[in-house]
Amino acid sequence: MDIELTAEQEAARGQFRDFVERRLMPYADEYDRQEEMPAGLIGEVAELGYLGGLVPEQYGGVGMDSITWGLLCEEIGRGSASLLSLFTVQGMVIQSILKWGNEDQRQDWLPRLATGEIIGGFALTEPNVGSNASSVETRATLIDGHWRLHGQKRWISFGQVSNLFVVFAQSEGKSVALLVERDCQGFSTKPITGMLGFRSAMLADIFLDGCKVPQAHLLGRAGFGFSHVGGAALDQGRYSIAWGCLGLAQGALDASLAYSGQRRQFGKPLKEHQLIQELLADMITQIQAARMLCYRAASLKQRGEPSLIMETSIAKYFASRMAAKVSADAVQIHGANGCSDQYPVQRYLRDAKIMEIIEGSNQMQQIIIAKHGYQEHAVKQQRLAQSKDDGGEA
Amino acid sequence: MNFEEIAVKSHEFVSQYLNGAEVGREVDLFATGMVNSLFAMQLVLFVEREFGFAVDNEDLDYDNFRSINAIADFAGRKLGLGATA
Ligand SMILES: Cc1cc2nc3c(=O)[nH]c(=O)nc-3n(C[C@H](O)[C@H](O)[C@H](O)COP(=O)(O)OP(=O)(O)OC[C@H]3O[C@@H](n4cnc5c(N)ncnc54)[C@H](O)[C@@H]3O)c2cc1C
Repeated sequence: MDIELTAEQEAARGQFRDFVERRLMPYADEYDRQEEMPAGLIGEVAELGYLGGLVPEQYGGVGMDSITWGLLCEEIGRGSASLLSLFTVQGMVIQSILKWGNEDQRQDWLPRLATGEIIGGFALTEPNVGSNASSVETRATLIDGHWRLHGQKRWISFGQVSNLFVVFAQSEGKSVALLVERDCQGFSTKPITGMLGFRSAMLADIFLDGCKVPQAHLLGRAGFGFSHVGGAALDQGRYSIAWGCLGLAQGALDASLAYSGQRRQFGKPLKEHQLIQELLADMITQIQAARMLCYRAASLKQRGEPSLIMETSIAKYFASRMAAKVSADAVQIHGANGCSDQYPVQRYLRDAKIMEIIEGSNQMQQIIIAKHGYQEHAVKQQRLAQSKDDGGEA
Repeated sequence: MNFEEIAVKSHEFVSQYLNGAEVGREVDLFATGMVNSLFAMQLVLFVEREFGFAVDNEDLDYDNFRSINAIADFAGRKLGLGATA
């Protein structure tokens, strides 16, 4: 597999890195303490064309390829997992409309998602429904050319500020995905604070109290909301999260390399203690392994291969586990300093735990990966039997 | 590509998800319980990549994906192959 970056991708990565070093790394801990993402920063990433990077040029975006978007998510994830979650949901909303919207919907929404005039939100989870996401309880009823929505959504990233949500509901037993604007009648949100991680992701509860949405805001068709619109969005979400985990872990490693060179114990820097080197060696190796999986997913995504769905799931699963381990080891290397909010590694650790839960928890990924393993095994057995039969006949 | 070739390729693709069980071309895939969001997305990508057209909003119809023959019919129509099976 060719994983060499093109000159354009290299250049883009350089710009992303520079932005993250200057505009994000120095402030991310403060945003985390304040549990807020400044509107100015969101405006800046939108202005740079980063936030809406997945919107194709024909709809006013820059049309980033899969690798460039991955590199962007990696860099943003290195700076702040909370900001990465904004990129994740914006990408999911863009993907939902791009893939399953009709031309009017694409023309209407994508240019504004590209410029950041619209901040997207993805509203699937509910108080009673998490992993079992196809069984949402929110109801949608079509009355006189409008959908009426009744229900509640929970843990919605950037739900405090997003102005367009993809909301999943049931309509007469059929799953529907609807575009819901913040200012529609019967829509309200309540901020959620005090989370373990993603503290500046501005989470909210969403209340849909007879919320009135034009009929034309249906994405895809009734019956295909969760399977197709949700499926496309969640695949995109897992892809962004996998790359973001890579960045998070890289950030934790960079901090550990720097710290272990400065901090002295027993008359020498920590980095000269072999048990510390062991931790660092494992961090480096695990990060490289995750990077390969991310590049593999990127390459399949670029080519639109059906296997990209499974490989993205594998990349998300591995990268989030890796990020949890690497960030925990980073805290270990930092000792008490690592437990203090004066150092970023505690934030990395808290955010990494969240990565193992969102976009399909790691148990959900394990279930589908194992199932896939059995399917592949059966195909191999069948082919083997077939070739024996063919050989026998010959 | 003709209908038969499309049906053979579709059969091969769908069979990968059945743990070795045989599936007839007219079998209702939804009734087998194999259709979840993962399979649905993989099927869309397969059809797009293998037969070279985009599955759109208006193609989201169970009748286009109900069975292997239905998938082949749908792909045939999109490719302008005219009346098939
Ligand atoms: C910071 C943050 C941001 C989020 N942002 C969004 C958002 O923007 N939009 C949105 O819709 N949702 C969002 N979520 C919700 C997230 O998608 C859910 O938390 C996730 O899907 C898991 O659901 P749950 O928390 O209800 O856990 P549950 O489904 O209740 O699961 C609890 C535990 O049981 C395990 N489990 C469940 N079923 C099984 C099983 N069959 N076998 C084995 N183990 C199982 C799970 O893996 C998990 O460990 C966010 C969550 C967080 C924490």
